Amino acid sequence: MPSKKAPLTPKQPLHELPKTPTGITGLDEITMGGLPKGRPTLVCGSAGCGKTLMSLEFIVRGAQEFNEPGVFIAFEEKANELATNVASLGFDLNDLQQKKKIKIDYIHVDRAEIEETGEYDLEGLFIRLNYAIDSIGAKRVVLDTIENLFSGLTNQAILRAELRRLFQWLKDKGVTAIITGERGENTLTRQGLEEYVSDCVILLDHRIINQISTRRLRIVKYRGTTHGTNEYPFLIDEDGISVLPVTSLKLEKPVSSDRFSSGIPALDKMLSKGGFFRGSSILVSGTAGTGKTSIAASFCNEACLRGEKCLFFAFEESPAQIIRNMHSIGMDLQNHVDNGLLQFYASRPTLYGLEMHLVAIHKAIKKLKPKVVILDPITNLITVGSVSEVKSMLVRLIDFLQDEQITVMFTALSLNTVVNEQTDEGVSSLVDAWLLIRDIELNGERNRGLYIMKSRGMKHSNQVREFLISDEGLDLIDVYLGPEGILTGSAREAQMLLEETGQVLHTHAIGVKDSELLRRRKILESKIEGLKSEFESTEAELNKSYIEEAIKKEVMQQNREKLTSLRGKEVDTINSKNKKNKK
Amino acid sequence: MSKAYELRLYVAGKTAKSVTALNNLKKYCEEHLKGQYSIEVIDLLVKPQLAEGDQILAIPTLVKKVPEPVRKIIGDLSNEEKVLVGLDIRAKNIV
Repeated sequence: MPSKKAPLTPKQPLHELPKTPTGITGLDEITMGGLPKGRPTLVCGSAGCGKTLMSLEFIVRGAQEFNEPGVFIAFEEKANELATNVASLGFDLNDLQQKKKIKIDYIHVDRAEIEETGEYDLEGLFIRLNYAIDSIGAKRVVLDTIENLFSGLTNQAILRAELRRLFQWLKDKGVTAIITGERGENTLTRQGLEEYVSDCVILLDHRIINQISTRRLRIVKYRGTTHGTNEYPFLIDEDGISVLPVTSLKLEKPVSSDRFSSGIPALDKMLSKGGFFRGSSILVSGTAGTGKTSIAASFCNEACLRGEKCLFFAFEESPAQIIRNMHSIGMDLQNHVDNGLLQFYASRPTLYGLEMHLVAIHKAIKKLKPKVVILDPITNLITVGSVSEVKSMLVRLIDFLQDEQITVMFTALSLNTVVNEQTDEGVSSLVDAWLLIRDIELNGERNRGLYIMKSRGMKHSNQVREFLISDEGLDLIDVYLGPEGILTGSAREAQMLLEETGQVLHTHAIGVKDSELLRRRKILESKIEGLKSEFESTEAELNKSYIEEAIKKEVMQQNREKLTSLRGKEVDTINSKNKKNKK
Repeated sequence: MSKAYELRLYVAGKTAKSVTALNNLKKYCEEHLKGQYSIEVIDLLVKPQLAEGDQILAIPTLVKKVPEPVRKIIGDLSNEEKVLVGLDIRAKNIV
């Protein structure tokens, strides 16, 4: 063994690009950790797409969450204007400034005030920046929007050379910087800043499709690291910016074989072991007025009764309306709301774009952490997107929910066409269980028939049940399968009545026949009796003649004997005569 | 001291441009404003905190505080015409 060999050291991890987390929800996931540490990042986009806010949030979150002080150099807005603008997001810039966590420096460039003669450089800017950075020990710097320099100074050659020097200087300084830039005609930024900032470029976009605006974010490039390449929608609300890495490419979700009740006992019976799987997705589809919302409400009522948190996204009715309506079928949702178990989240689909809805749904779910989520109805979302968009949104939503082990129930309005039925928003292939409620129109009335179209991983009834909504709640009853086919509603009632009548008549008829039989029997019996007595009388008569004859014989015998005794000799003669005659 | 012209020249160290600018400025002032001006040279390398007050970006920058309006002239002041116009010593339309 060669003893010279150095002892084995653990393998050095490959040197990866160090990153600075932004603290902006979702952005760090897309960038796989944040912005490149110690390098400038370009954030560009058209007016009003959130550049300033994003960069400011980068500074504020850095100061609040990562203890990295930051300098915000504003070329557009004054410090107090900025502070007012972001106060609604809960960022107290003045307080942070006083605590020396951040420094906001407003650089005013006014062409009218400035006369240019001869050579100059931007050392003044460098000095100010340097001073600001050093005064609070800043790790983060934002220049918003440095392009304003171009409108204030005319000597482009100097400006460009100085910008190049500035970005290099920022790198040397080791601060993580965001430079914002206005979107240009054919370039990412109007002044071609992307030439100077080449490590990471984030493009913000504010698009209006069908009168609905959606903000999107895309990482155009990010040197030296992998990153999400798609366009991600983002939302600006009271908590700042949230970006949603909405597409998960993996299908590695935990599954649960726990089951729980749907709130309708008869429906649970249709499923082999009494309910749906936890974490599964259930689609309830049906035409208008078939009770989809009622099923969803009952599902959520049951969850709340079990003590599980439930989030109800209503895209059609207001929460108050749902609570009132469900009260009429014996569900007290208000109680659950008061207990904090049930939360409604109502918004009009047209409030914002589809992706925005998804972001909002994500946020609401992350906040409440419910066990059960209801979306009622998903079909309304069609108004803000095409079928394929809705589908892709739902895929991502189901993805997310399954990851979190949240059971979700969608309701979908299906139109009265046969073609549509199998492909409700195209989500039927995504969901684990699909209940279909159908109008069965017969004899001038409509009734509801409920089918389980599919239920993955469990035996389930293949029969149509009649779905009843009554004051007591929801119930399913077996439909009547008669010689004339499936009967529901009053036809079923009528048929059942008819059968009952038949039964009574039948019993009656049998009674009549029985008594007839009895009568016949009686008649026959009496006939038999008559014949018997007739026979007896005949017999008696016959007996009588026998006796008479016997008596006659006896009498004659007696007479003869009397005569014989009277005649004496004659008798012998007679006897002899008789003997002769006999011979 | 109350001079008609209060001028401030912001520089960053003794760079060639700064020196040129200061020399040019002194020359123009001697020619046109003899006795009625004061020049204050501020080296931002020494006092960086002063850059914010006058919104200094470029170096060198000449700021005319008095008389109003405040004007800034950036560069090495090599173009006499522009400097004089900028300092409102000469009206713009006169060439």
